[in-house]
Amino acid sequence: MKLKNLKKLALTGNEAAAYAMKQINPDVVAAYPITPSTEIVQIFSKYVADGEVDTEFVPVESEHSAMSVCIGASAAGARVMTATASQGLALMHEMLYIASSLRLPIVMVVGNRALSAPINIHADHSDAMGSRDSGWMQMFCENPNEVYHTVIMAVKIAEKANLPCMVEMDGFITTHEMEMVETLDDKEVQEFVKKRIPLYSVLNVEEPITIGALDLFDYYFEHKRGQVEAVFKAKKIISEVVKEYNTKFGFNFPDFVEEYETEDAEICVVAMSSAAGTLKEAIDLKRESGIKIGLIRIKTFRPFPYEILRERLRKFKAVGVMDRAETMSTLGGPLSIEIKASLYPLDKKPVIQNFIFGLGGREFSLEDAFHVIEIIENIKKGKKYDDVLYIGIRE
Amino acid sequence: MKKNFISLKELSERNIGLAPGHRACAGCPFPSIVRMVLSASDNPVVVANATGCLEVTSTIFPYSAWPVPWIHSAFENVAATIAGIETAFRVFKKRGIIPENKKINFIAFGGDGATYDIGLQALSGAIERGHNFLYILYDNQAYMNTGIQRSSATPFGANTTTSPAGKVIPGKLQDRKDITEIIAAHGTPYVAQASPSHFYDFISKIRKAFEIKGPKFIAVLSPCVPGWGYRENESIEIAKLAVETCFWPLYEIEHGVYKLTYKPAKKLPVRIWLEKQERFKHLINREELITEIQKKVDEKWERLLNLDGKKIF
Ligand SMILES: Cc1ncc(C[n+]2csc(CCOP(=O)(O)OP(=O)(O)O)c2C)c(N)n1
Repeated sequence: MKLKNLKKLALTGNEAAAYAMKQINPDVVAAYPITPSTEIVQIFSKYVADGEVDTEFVPVESEHSAMSVCIGASAAGARVMTATASQGLALMHEMLYIASSLRLPIVMVVGNRALSAPINIHADHSDAMGSRDSGWMQMFCENPNEVYHTVIMAVKIAEKANLPCMVEMDGFITTHEMEMVETLDDKEVQEFVKKRIPLYSVLNVEEPITIGALDLFDYYFEHKRGQVEAVFKAKKIISEVVKEYNTKFGFNFPDFVEEYETEDAEICVVAMSSAAGTLKEAIDLKRESGIKIGLIRIKTFRPFPYEILRERLRKFKAVGVMDRAETMSTLGGPLSIEIKASLYPLDKKPVIQNFIFGLGGREFSLEDAFHVIEIIENIKKGKKYDDVLYIGIRE
Repeated sequence: MKKNFISLKELSERNIGLAPGHRACAGCPFPSIVRMVLSASDNPVVVANATGCLEVTSTIFPYSAWPVPWIHSAFENVAATIAGIETAFRVFKKRGIIPENKKINFIAFGGDGATYDIGLQALSGAIERGHNFLYILYDNQAYMNTGIQRSSATPFGANTTTSPAGKVIPGKLQDRKDITEIIAAHGTPYVAQASPSHFYDFISKIRKAFEIKGPKFIAVLSPCVPGWGYRENESIEIAKLAVETCFWPLYEIEHGVYKLTYKPAKKLPVRIWLEKQERFKHLINREELITEIQKKVDEKWERLLNLDGKKIF
């Protein structure tokens, strides 16, 4: 139930992210352009130039420096945001671990895009999956509206958890798709995100501290143990913040997973981001011909909601897992591997079928979604397939 | 009295530097360099440190030798890190979170690897964007932390573990980059070369740098006992000889104006400096190579003499 009439704006995913950033009015934004998230940087610098925000914008010379500036500014206590994609995220890789380990709540919007080589500017999740063990939270959005609201929630989640957070959307499909976005007032956003209360500040010259010391075998392990504890705690924070947001503004955003038609379903498909939209439509149509299929969309991939997935997936006979990335391990896509691991303790578990699809922006059509559903239905009936199936490919 | 004057007495009373117990090698000059930089500041400082010897020897958890706020993030990004901190400071002032009159000097320390090589891009970017910070390059002319590998600061002929003097190849075959000139070419408001042997000259440069708004860069020679191969009590002597031979001239470029801040009364032959160090041992009987090194030193020195007092930008 909507509590009031929200202002509706037609925005692309990039515009929605930039608009949320404008309303957040962070202390520092340091960013570097890369397709398909360049627009975020462009739009935001125009906000700065027009005085619509009083953020300090640092137009750095690389993504490595973007994240380094973010780290410096965040360690000084500032609220810091950035945006990137693909090669840019890969170039930041080293710094991602430092941001999370120094417990800096940086929020980064990622327009998910394939990694080179061969160079490709279109959607897949290779970039995000490369940073899945970096200690960042990762929230994947289905559409521009969700992007807008997730960016706002991410600020609060990150700052409560003292962990950085990526808000991700599919390159071009979502970054450039225009959709109605229900927006809050600037004041509502400000009241929701409040002020950042940092754990520490490198600007505290009265009580100086050393940050990023050399940490050898006698302490490093304990520090890492502490960090993983913080990630566990972040799960509760994510739930609380999303609940607070939903209650306050009358939304129904998922914290970890969104369920679609799962109640009476016998089989299920698991997906992230924009592919969920296509699958929902395919599910509606397939249900008309009696296939009882549901969808679980994973919104928060890090921390990984294994408890929820174990609980929700156990009842199905067959589960298809959609991966828009390869691990090149020969074991399948990253999501399927983690879901298999999540279900392992169960005595009776569904058959897990991995589908790899949409690499480099290959379209995931309604026909492809039908195909996926038919395969899962066949598995329910006892048919066997290869462990990993590639969907929408010429083979 | 000059604005940036500080008496030796006052300086020694301030005595802000690395606390005892750091693990720098015996005879390493960088603890003295850090002490000079921190003590020279009239305002509180915030330090960012690149990965390297200084960082690893001064902050082995749970200990820290730093009496000031200090951050280490990575090897190649110290300029970007200090840029982020300085940006936060500015926005906090703009937003009234920090009082407008509050003064902090932002200092980045990097070794030659962190400066000439892997961190050059981040440094160049931070300078171009005009962040208000002082970059101190402590130049020990190789990657010492990882065991004396060549860097682009390593001089021609030097023996390092990745430019070993062998039967065929006489150490490093390339000249070092002239980092001071590279930074000056950015139009950096203040650029200088200094040596811990000429500490008063160094301190004046630090203090001058703190007075100037925008990016500042000081390259200070930091001889390395194990890396260069000499006795522990000789670091300052070696640094001094580098200056007296004009291998490492002391000069500054303030708003584009060159100034030699020290001219040796008698320019010594570079051989005297080379002979003192193990890393050049294999060159001692290679007269043609020593002549080549001397020729390059002379050319650079001549160039500086010509530029002395001139404005380049
Ligand atoms: C990206 C990256 N590459 C390599 C290293 C390994 N490493 C650490 S310190 C160092 C050399 C540092 O050399 P320099 O900057 O000259 O400082 P010094 O140790 O001589 O003081 C290297 C190669 C690293 N930490 N990070």
